[in-house]
Amino acid sequence: MITHTHRPLRVVLYEGSGSIQLPAESRAKVMMALLDKGYTVTRSGLGAPAMPHDERNLLVLGAFEGKAPALEDATGKISIDTCDITGLEPDAILALVDKSRGEKTMNEPGKWKPWFPVIDYSRCTNCMQCLSFCLFDVYGVSDDNKIQVQNNDNCKTNCPACSRVCPEVAIMFPKYQAGPINGDEINENEAGREKIKVDISSLLGGDIYSALKDRSAAAKSRFSKERSPDKALDERKKCLTKLVGDGFIPADVLASLPSTEEILKKAVIAKAKAAAALAAQ
Amino acid sequence: MRIITAHHPFFHPVAQRTNCRDTATSSTTPFLSTPATILYCRCAYAQVVPSGVKNDVLQKLCDSDTSFETVSDLCEMAAHRDPRLQAIASCGSLRIAACFPRAVKGLFQQAGFPLPADTEILNMRTQSAQEIADALLGAPALTAA
Repeated sequence: MITHTHRPLRVVLYEGSGSIQLPAESRAKVMMALLDKGYTVTRSGLGAPAMPHDERNLLVLGAFEGKAPALEDATGKISIDTCDITGLEPDAILALVDKSRGEKTMNEPGKWKPWFPVIDYSRCTNCMQCLSFCLFDVYGVSDDNKIQVQNNDNCKTNCPACSRVCPEVAIMFPKYQAGPINGDEINENEAGREKIKVDISSLLGGDIYSALKDRSAAAKSRFSKERSPDKALDERKKCLTKLVGDGFIPADVLASLPSTEEILKKAVIAKAKAAAALAAQ
Repeated sequence: MRIITAHHPFFHPVAQRTNCRDTATSSTTPFLSTPATILYCRCAYAQVVPSGVKNDVLQKLCDSDTSFETVSDLCEMAAHRDPRLQAIASCGSLRIAACFPRAVKGLFQQAGFPLPADTEILNMRTQSAQEIADALLGAPALTAA
């Protein structure tokens, strides 16, 4: 189950005054074990500062030789627990932290992948193609008429199809393997290739929104003549089928497409949203 | 029961660290900048960062005496707009070991907490562990006022 609450606990690996420094290898093992379970960990040592504190509870781990100090936040806002980890193996330390967390929910690696588009606003031209393309309502329009990612959880894991229809290569999926979709830098040749792909794949009626953006009478006229809803739907399906065939998106994305009626309804809604946002620019 | 306050080293409030730069801008002599806060992202929710590199970077951080912050996965935090991202973005000079800078900046911006322009982002998907550790742990730049 995905939970959208932030980390319930901040773990501090404390090696300052009153504790014994862990061997570097043990320190790394403990931190890896905690991070791989989903915890955030502050190593409190010397030199560079750690982050400021927040409202989360603190769990302070240290080699206190059996004498973990009792601590209390002077402001009374957060609770502070201390645990002595002298001589404990990483697994035992992880068990201590889990016990301290108790029943509070937390996302854990391996059970969910944070998969959602990230918009590079330095490249985005607010053309709204992604809004019209995505059938799962991931995108929306902000109060100031900017495209934005509104429903992360609706995004289909491992499907980066919308990044392919973005004419500006402005949509990233940081967990994707290859560039520039993973956020790698873009050279102009790559951007050109992406644009060519978009031209081919629209296909999707994406030119509708380019036309809206241009707001020229000629473009508007072309929009009205070019595409019937049925044709646009047919082209969208062809495109998605091709992307599945190429291994670019998972097959279950096709299987989970909304019904034809729903797609048509969504297309109308998306078109209205995009038109309103573009007209307001 | 021992009472600790916000001045305790567990906390390191931002104001204590950022004043150095403000004070020094009025000086005419070069000064040593405040140490940058170090953040390490484990990318634990997907295996896209080479494990050898991320393990080595963490090991090198642990081999040092320095304090640093680690998160399990910045993407996971951005997915639910974790307010911790705001704390990170507002902590002044910052060095981040994660993945592609464009993606990291985008994650923070999309969460509503854009990173300062001078944030150094090291890419564990393309850079070597040694290169990253050197950049994270390197001395802060001498800045002329």
